[in-house]
Amino acid sequence: MSSITDYERMPDVAEAERRGLAQEMQRLWETGPGVRGWLSTVDHKEIGLRYIVTAFAFLIAGGVEALIFRLQLAGPNEHLLTPEQYDQLFTVHGMTMIFLYAGPVLSGFSNYLWPLLLGARDMALPRLNALSYWIYLCAGVFLYAAFAIGFGPNDGWFNYVPLAARAFNGGPNIDFYALGMILLGISTTVGAINFIVTFLRMRAPGMTINRVPILIWGTLTASAANVFAIPAVSLAFFLLWMDRNLGTHFFDTAAGGQALLWQHLFWMFGHPWVYAIVLPAMGMVSDGLPVFCRRPLVGAPAVALATVATMVLGFGVWVHHMFATGLPTISLSFFSAASIIIALPSAVGVFAWLATIWTGRPVFTTAFLFFASFILLFTIGGVSGFMTGSLPVDWQLTDTYFVVAHIHYVLIGINVFPVAGAIYFWFPKFTGRMLDERLGRWNFWLMFAGFNIGFFPMHIAGLLGMPRRIYTYADGMGWDWVNLTITAGSFVFAFGVLLLIANVVRSVKAGRFAGANPWDAPTLEWATSSPPPPYNFVVIPTVGGAHPLWEDRLGTEGETSHTRAGLVLDHGREAIGTTPVDAEPNVILKMPGDSLSPLCLALAATALFVGLLLLAWWLVALSLLGIGASILVWLWPRARLGETAGGAHV
Amino acid sequence: MSDAAIRPHAELPVGAIGSRASGWWAMIFTIFTEGSLFAYLLFSYYYIAAQPHLPGTFPQGGVPSLALALPNTIVLLISSGFVAWAQTGVERNDKKRLALGLLIGCLLGIVFLIVQYFEWAGKSFPLASSPYSSLYFVVTGFHMAHVVVGVLVLAALWFWSRRGYFNNVRFAHVHIGAIYWHFVDAVWIAVFFTFYITPLLGLGA
Repeated sequence: MSSITDYERMPDVAEAERRGLAQEMQRLWETGPGVRGWLSTVDHKEIGLRYIVTAFAFLIAGGVEALIFRLQLAGPNEHLLTPEQYDQLFTVHGMTMIFLYAGPVLSGFSNYLWPLLLGARDMALPRLNALSYWIYLCAGVFLYAAFAIGFGPNDGWFNYVPLAARAFNGGPNIDFYALGMILLGISTTVGAINFIVTFLRMRAPGMTINRVPILIWGTLTASAANVFAIPAVSLAFFLLWMDRNLGTHFFDTAAGGQALLWQHLFWMFGHPWVYAIVLPAMGMVSDGLPVFCRRPLVGAPAVALATVATMVLGFGVWVHHMFATGLPTISLSFFSAASIIIALPSAVGVFAWLATIWTGRPVFTTAFLFFASFILLFTIGGVSGFMTGSLPVDWQLTDTYFVVAHIHYVLIGINVFPVAGAIYFWFPKFTGRMLDERLGRWNFWLMFAGFNIGFFPMHIAGLLGMPRRIYTYADGMGWDWVNLTITAGSFVFAFGVLLLIANVVRSVKAGRFAGANPWDAPTLEWATSSPPPPYNFVVIPTVGGAHPLWEDRLGTEGETSHTRAGLVLDHGREAIGTTPVDAEPNVILKMPGDSLSPLCLALAATALFVGLLLLAWWLVALSLLGIGASILVWLWPRARLGETAGGAHV
Repeated sequence: MSDAAIRPHAELPVGAIGSRASGWWAMIFTIFTEGSLFAYLLFSYYYIAAQPHLPGTFPQGGVPSLALALPNTIVLLISSGFVAWAQTGVERNDKKRLALGLLIGCLLGIVFLIVQYFEWAGKSFPLASSPYSSLYFVVTGFHMAHVVVGVLVLAALWFWSRRGYFNNVRFAHVHIGAIYWHFVDAVWIAVFFTFYITPLLGLGA
């Protein structure tokens, strides 16, 4: 009988400047050299940056697709694209922006920032983090491979049956989409689980639940939603794949199946997903905007609660995507009311951000401009959402360009603008260099003007009766000038995005040096060097309030934060595990080192989906073996990770 | 700087310790997402079951027989009992009991799969014949896939136990694998109730 005390230790406390400590940490945490190191790294900062870069590659691809079909729609009766090409372009555009850009870019920021904000050395499950990225990359390549060989999805991003059924869509387009989305869902799910466990276990000692930055609440809420919502869409796509390839009858109305079952499963996922791709971005604004107002966020606890409330309500509104499907009035009334109630938590956020600017001393940096303009764009998107949440208005506007305007104000306004602001805000932390502010002004104003010129007239096009998803339109419908304006504006917007990328490329090498805390910001990521070392913090910070680096001017809540001295944890890669609510240390966690298992597992999983696509059962069997082997190696109990009885390794 | 604010009040355990292991938490949320998957599967069943059907088409071939399904349900529940027995065994450092409980749990899981094979083989309709057949084979198929994973998990845990990897402190792997197995068994109750009991109560008739 062993005793727990055989496996215990009192961790050392030291000053961060202790001689040799930083070198020792570097040796323990540094990723190995060469290609192998690159493929096996589990450093959350590396993974986060890969996420952001990959998501931006998809943003550019999706943007170019949009520009091509906006040229087609610039005037009546254009012949740049065939109807089939148009269908693929607008579908792939939607798929790219919603699934391959908007979600992953926020995962990228969160992956990079979470451990730094929390005062931790890494995410709770570093290898799962790597797996999440590799599968995302593989799923993106899988979905784009279809497009590259001419079989991109072509039924709109929400892929309604019966048009998506084999009888009406005979090519492999929808099979690619279905399987690619299931694969991507695995990435999102394991990423979400990692965020939740990290929130519960990895917060620095003293970071009680009321001291957590709002970005953490945004990503946490989104992750919790994903855990419950992703299975709905993965299942829907799996059942569709079965219907198309193995002759089942889930959605086949002629055989007694239910076409509407697709819409229910899709939107049970789809609506929470909309919040999942905006709440973390709102969190970035909630943490970034106050820095440029030189004061803490007004009503921070209310904003955190509003974030959670939005998501809880967000699970009860999916039928507002289905108002025109002939469901019973009682159901429509309920979902209409629930949709409109979401205005309440949204307003809490809007007024908190406005009050922060109003009562602060704003510094008009590029980041501030992006964050502040988000409030306006969110409000416009919110109002059009409120309008379409109302039944009679929705019946008038559904499937018109008005809805296209709404979704773009919501997704570009609440995702792209905060992300651009977040790049200006955190780029110094990522690279140690500042972005160019002069180029930044051009960048912002071009994006802001281009966006509003390009997307506001879509409301008008919709009110004039222009349906969405038409590949061309006749002369004399009264839609000519509005479409020309939309196309012109979208090119200006695209040029603005190009300037953002140009600024990043230029500043990586030539930007002004940033230092650890160039914005004089209050949270823990600014307590370490820019860019941070592989181990993030030489000693574990102790947190005494919500603004650890502003305690000298704000005063404290009776406790003081410490960043220059703390727990050392240097017996191998170690981190401190704390209790979920009070963040009291309760375990020393042994963290895994570099590993190739995540990459192997991602490749085997991708091979499985290729096998299902080709109906090549030998490949399916082979990949299942590969998956099993990768997981077995991954989970094999290791003495070094404190998982086996032999060798206490404390 | 005061050391007292920084230093923990007592010594801290190191490494994977029961529910303090990150993997334990990860498994809890994996179960939430897997549970949601089954909730959506059963939602699909009830959504289609609640629509009007011609007599005898839902469930196809009449109310399914309990002759194999009920004993098989009991087999699965007993296997959970043995795995729980193994868990309390390792907590008392009884390594023989740990290995034996895991082995019996694993074997009973295999028995469940064999009986399910006969249950499938005894159906008069193939997968592609109707919405009911699609639902029946896909939902029970999803569950069987989970049982297969669970059996492999128990087999790996048994192998690791035999190699002496676990004792009364280091048993996080055992508990993480075991809660997955309990989940697979619990979700079967929902599947069993849906497919075998609700038709008896008149749903879909």
